[in-house]
Amino acid sequence: MSTLVIFERGRAMSWEAVAAGQQLGGPVSAAVIGGEGGLAGKKLDRVFKIRHPLLDRYTADGYTAAFEQLIEKLRPSLVLMPHTYQVRDFAPKLATRLGRVLVSDVIRIARSGERTVFVRQMFQGKLNADYVVTDSPPWFASLQAGAWRADQVEAGTAPVEIFEPVIAEGAIRARPGEPFRESERAVDLTAADFIVSVGRGIKERENIALVEELARALGAELAASRPICDNGWLPMERQVGSSGQTVSPKVYLAVGISGAIQHLVGMKGSKTVVAINKDANAPIFEVADYGVVGDLFEVVPALIEEAKKVR
Amino acid sequence: MKILVAIKQVPSRDSQLSIGASGRWIDTTDLTSEINEPDAYALEEALQIRDRLGGEVVALCAGPASASQTIREALAKGADRAVHIEEEDLARFDLPGVARLLAAACRAEQPDLILTGLQSDDFGYGQTGVILAELLGIPHATIIMQVEKTGSGIRVKRELEDGWFQWIELPLPALLTIQSGINKLRYATLMGIKRAKTKEVRKLTAAELGVGGPRALELERLYAPHRGKQTVMIEGAPREQAAKLIGILKHEVRAL
Repeated sequence: MSTLVIFERGRAMSWEAVAAGQQLGGPVSAAVIGGEGGLAGKKLDRVFKIRHPLLDRYTADGYTAAFEQLIEKLRPSLVLMPHTYQVRDFAPKLATRLGRVLVSDVIRIARSGERTVFVRQMFQGKLNADYVVTDSPPWFASLQAGAWRADQVEAGTAPVEIFEPVIAEGAIRARPGEPFRESERAVDLTAADFIVSVGRGIKERENIALVEELARALGAELAASRPICDNGWLPMERQVGSSGQTVSPKVYLAVGISGAIQHLVGMKGSKTVVAINKDANAPIFEVADYGVVGDLFEVVPALIEEAKKVR
Repeated sequence: MKILVAIKQVPSRDSQLSIGASGRWIDTTDLTSEINEPDAYALEEALQIRDRLGGEVVALCAGPASASQTIREALAKGADRAVHIEEEDLARFDLPGVARLLAAACRAEQPDLILTGLQSDDFGYGQTGVILAELLGIPHATIIMQVEKTGSGIRVKRELEDGWFQWIELPLPALLTIQSGINKLRYATLMGIKRAKTKEVRKLTAAELGVGGPRALELERLYAPHRGKQTVMIEGAPREQAAKLIGILKHEVRAL
């Protein structure tokens, strides 16, 4: 089995995809748009630096055309990518263009003989599913953040080749602007030692005050999952998750957060995770060191009282 | 502007899920359903664009007869009409198969703009919109937080990771996948619910759309995930749970 890793520069997740490829055995090559990004020093068959003026800024049309041509040339049996927002934007198009299907957000790849099983999460992480691709190769999979370990990439030396795809100016239909940040963040959650984070289980805007009081009583910074910020109940800058901040405090106390994967990727590096949720099957308990199954409207007031006693 | 919004019905968020007899899907007995949440935001965005610029919003949904509940809700909120690809067993189709079904229905409608949620709460592939755009040969942008009309096309704000954004200009027709939280969802009014009853719901089948063929992706087994971490469950009445947890935070975790 030959594997091609599509490497997104500047993303730690890309190294996880390289590690995944190496662990499958068989020759692994990597393709990257722009500079080789350190790939030349890894145990890889070949590194392809893709160059074209129309690829300077990301577009789905440009990237699809470039990778389509490289895949046609190399004919790998498996194409691995990190499941980043950029990959989510072009990879389904790329696979469709080549008449294939992408298995997205994969957490494990199990191979035995000729059989390859892709494991992915379903129903917001409540269940797992085993998938097989019945199509002929190349197979495509994007890999969930944190499912493989970047520090397990094997070092070595890899020859670097330049690949120049043919892309016509008219083929790129989108006109992308410069990436920007909305405002400088006033709240730096990444510096907090103790975070109390609130999710959907809080039900109403008025109830946020309860969790705010808990954070105060514990000397913690207040954070939230995406739906809370979407509703405008707390500012976006307090959001933890793939579209918000990635935090790794000493303690992360999740209150009424079910633990959708988009949230988990932003906090699972926390040293100790405590979860309070009414649903014992909520995915948040998968990453929790301590769990409280119960009604947060009963547990949180009791916690505030107890916290005041000890602090 | 003619806007088509692809919506999907999924099990309600709070559902307790159990594996069905086939081992390949959940047991749907007594399960309540609702619109896929990101699709609700896509629908709202479509309605707001129409309310600003005029035109028509067509809701497109592939699913069993029971999905008519979600379609009725979309009509009650203000969609002008709907297309229901009625398919009792949508699991016959894999991910590209469902996209082909939707593409066939879109071709008949020729919308200027197609909106859908960025991913579904059940499968969570996050791909259907992008595949649909490729099948239709139109440009797309994903994870969109704002949509503006320009002279000849649209200008959209795409969410990148870690608090970054980017504006992208696209010609029409185009497809956008909408991020949750882009707008404030409306409720259906009594008048809307009444009106929905008279609105057109066109029913189509996979056979009529000429979509079938073998699957490329097989879901072999569905199961509860293996617990990776040993979670210490704190038992007792809320007061006891609270006292124990504070004790742990103070003496074991040493965070207080």
